[in-house]
Amino acid sequence: MSNKRNTVLVCQGTGCVSGGSEQVFSLLKDEIEDSGHAEDILIKRTGCHGFCQQGPLIVIEPEGIFYTKVKTEDMPEIIQALLPGGKPTERLLYRDPITDKPIPHYREIPFYNKQERTILKHCGYIDPEDINDYLEIGGYKALRKAISEMTPEGVISEVKGSGLRGLGGAGFPTGRKWESCRNVYGEIKYVVCNADEGDPGAFQDRSVMEGNPHSVIEGIIIAAYAIGAEKGFIYVRAEYPLAVNRLKIAIEQARQEGLLGNHILDSDFSFDLEIFQGAGAFVCGESTALVRSIEGKRGMPKVMPRPRTTEEGLWNKPTLLNNVKTFANIPLIISNGSEWFAQRGTEKSKGTAVFSLTGKVTNCGLIEVPMGATLRKIIFDIGGGVPGGKAFKAVQTGGPSGGCLPADMIDIPVDFDSLTKAGSIMGSGGLVVMDEDTCMVDVARYFLDFTQRESCGQCIPCRLGTRQMFEILDDITKGKGRHGDIDLLVELSESIKRSSICGLGKTAPNPVLTTLRYFRDEYEAHIHEKRCPAGVCMMQEENE
Amino acid sequence: MEEELLEDILASFKGKRYELVPILQEVQDNLGYLPEKAMLDIARFVGVPESHVYSVASFYAQFRLLPLGRKRVAVCRGTACHIRGAPQILSTIVKTIDLKEGETSDDLEYTLETVACIGCCALAPCIRINREVSGDMTPEKAKGLFLVKEGGEDVE
Ligand SMILES: Cc1cc2nc3c(=O)[nH]c(=O)nc-3n(C[C@H](O)[C@H](O)[C@H](O)COP(=O)(O)O)c2cc1C
Ligand code: SF4
Ligand code: SF4
Ligand code: FES
Ligand code: FES
Repeated sequence: MSNKRNTVLVCQGTGCVSGGSEQVFSLLKDEIEDSGHAEDILIKRTGCHGFCQQGPLIVIEPEGIFYTKVKTEDMPEIIQALLPGGKPTERLLYRDPITDKPIPHYREIPFYNKQERTILKHCGYIDPEDINDYLEIGGYKALRKAISEMTPEGVISEVKGSGLRGLGGAGFPTGRKWESCRNVYGEIKYVVCNADEGDPGAFQDRSVMEGNPHSVIEGIIIAAYAIGAEKGFIYVRAEYPLAVNRLKIAIEQARQEGLLGNHILDSDFSFDLEIFQGAGAFVCGESTALVRSIEGKRGMPKVMPRPRTTEEGLWNKPTLLNNVKTFANIPLIISNGSEWFAQRGTEKSKGTAVFSLTGKVTNCGLIEVPMGATLRKIIFDIGGGVPGGKAFKAVQTGGPSGGCLPADMIDIPVDFDSLTKAGSIMGSGGLVVMDEDTCMVDVARYFLDFTQRESCGQCIPCRLGTRQMFEILDDITKGKGRHGDIDLLVELSESIKRSSICGLGKTAPNPVLTTLRYFRDEYEAHIHEKRCPAGVCMMQEENE
Repeated sequence: MEEELLEDILASFKGKRYELVPILQEVQDNLGYLPEKAMLDIARFVGVPESHVYSVASFYAQFRLLPLGRKRVAVCRGTACHIRGAPQILSTIVKTIDLKEGETSDDLEYTLETVACIGCCALAPCIRINREVSGDMTPEKAKGLFLVKEGGEDVE
């Protein structure tokens, strides 16, 4: 990447920043200057490297030496090790959790070498605040190719051919969405990137924006070219200040390079991009609510029957909405071709899946695997299993719209259709591991608490039904469950699913239905024996 | 002073309806919350009924209609944090600073809130004080954060 002897990558993703990596970065920079070796050693800020749990992280290339939990006090040793004849500081190396042996290079760590990082490939290696880094790895070549060698129809047919499905959760075929948006008549069209990331417990979209913002921007520009839009928005949560800041810098740099604005790359195509900060409502991730929110209204989904957003979106103009990761895949597909992309994955789910791997799992972080990888591979091979000798109990995917799958489903492949069949959903990328100390009724109660807070209140069954379900679950976890509660939960679930107008309500019962399907005995223990098998719920015995 | 600040902020916008949310965000960033008077001025500025500004401000979780403490303590209640003990962190902090969720102390020192997810889930459970995130919380560490910061004063 550079002609210096070593490149020191200092992770500045949100996780590592919370551990003090900004101070580490500036101290290291100063001290290298002072040591007189700045000629040989390049210090670089990067986005999330993936293994946030071990952060703050420092990686030294070309060897790939991997330092974990780095503090400012460690700088003298790290610098010493960088000088000619220096040896890696063993104390800071990652240790195998089982053998306790140090593993010096990240490529040898199972957390990394069992993954197939594709859209994350450059996250953690390039400086997200410097467009030159992105250009050096071939960035914006796909845009150049699209504009100079391909027609908009050609771009769409490439995306269709790749089999890419939207990574915001529902898995709608991206090429088909683009095609229908292109085919709608309209002088003015918009492209919107959904970076609302409302799933509580997921940070994959944030990490992509913080680690490689230009890959998302390049994907958006190509989409605009394909459908014929001149204006676009990135709708990003205001709770993500670092992502917002890096996107702003990236947009400005792209403008200066002539990649955004009038006559992009001297062609007839003009497009500009703006950031809109979402003000913190889960339902605004839903397409029609998101559109209203940008228009300055309360973010409530439009009532049925409503036109598709591709036909009537922002200010009633045709609008293309895709997720952050969907856009990040586009430059790769255009550069490498649809066949290259379609090599990975299963018959109906192509490409890779990015997950925030969290909860009761040894290795927490950001991971990427081909579609169709098994849960076992993710949780055990990459995640290192459950810590503390505890038993693995369940895994939750899809956030508040998804479900909990039990330990004996560990070998199912992770793709859109298998997860849906099992009662959960792929979702946007949250994957939360649960062990024997997790109470499944408490988890269901937790999610219904979330949805009843976030329901926008337009549909009575969603507003009142989720609250009633929450209250029943709350009672059960307090030892006040009654005979018939389970039937009542199922009945409420069905009516909420049937009569809600948006995905929030339609999917809100999923966490309850899947835990009832796979962990009914836990509900029964709470209700009939006033006992929480996992020992989480505080039962109020005195109840009759 | 507040008046001037508001005028300055409004001067940087065009007064279009779709600017409402960004204006509210900017005002809150500067004043810490949305005073009633500011909302009335904003309504006039973007040309919508006052009730519309209020309904938008009350819809989104980000907006605050009351002044906040100097230290905004946000406990994450996201899934990853919940599974790894966020409820105990919250109850410890509730006891330590003697505030309930959503409350601000009379001396405007603290506001205690919960948030859906801070985005640092690999370090769960997490809390955020103003802009600073701390991960891998335990009830002891959480308590320590307030004892150190306060030199033991605010705590019995
Ligand atoms: C309540 C609700 C919340 C949603 N939140 C998000 C979100 O945070 N991010 C996202 O990309 N899609 C979210 N979606 C899905 C979007 O409506 C939409 O399907 C998606 O952004 C389309 O992009 P894709 O085709 O690239 O997946 C949400 C849907 C619902 C019903
Ligand atoms: S009555 Fe309540 S739920 Fe209905 S629109 Fe008004 S605020 Fe929303
Ligand atoms: S289903 Fe719930 S969140 Fe969706 S529009 Fe209806 S009330 Fe609002
Ligand atoms: S933030 Fe540093 S590894 Fe994720
Ligand atoms: S769940 Fe707490 S930071 Fe994401």
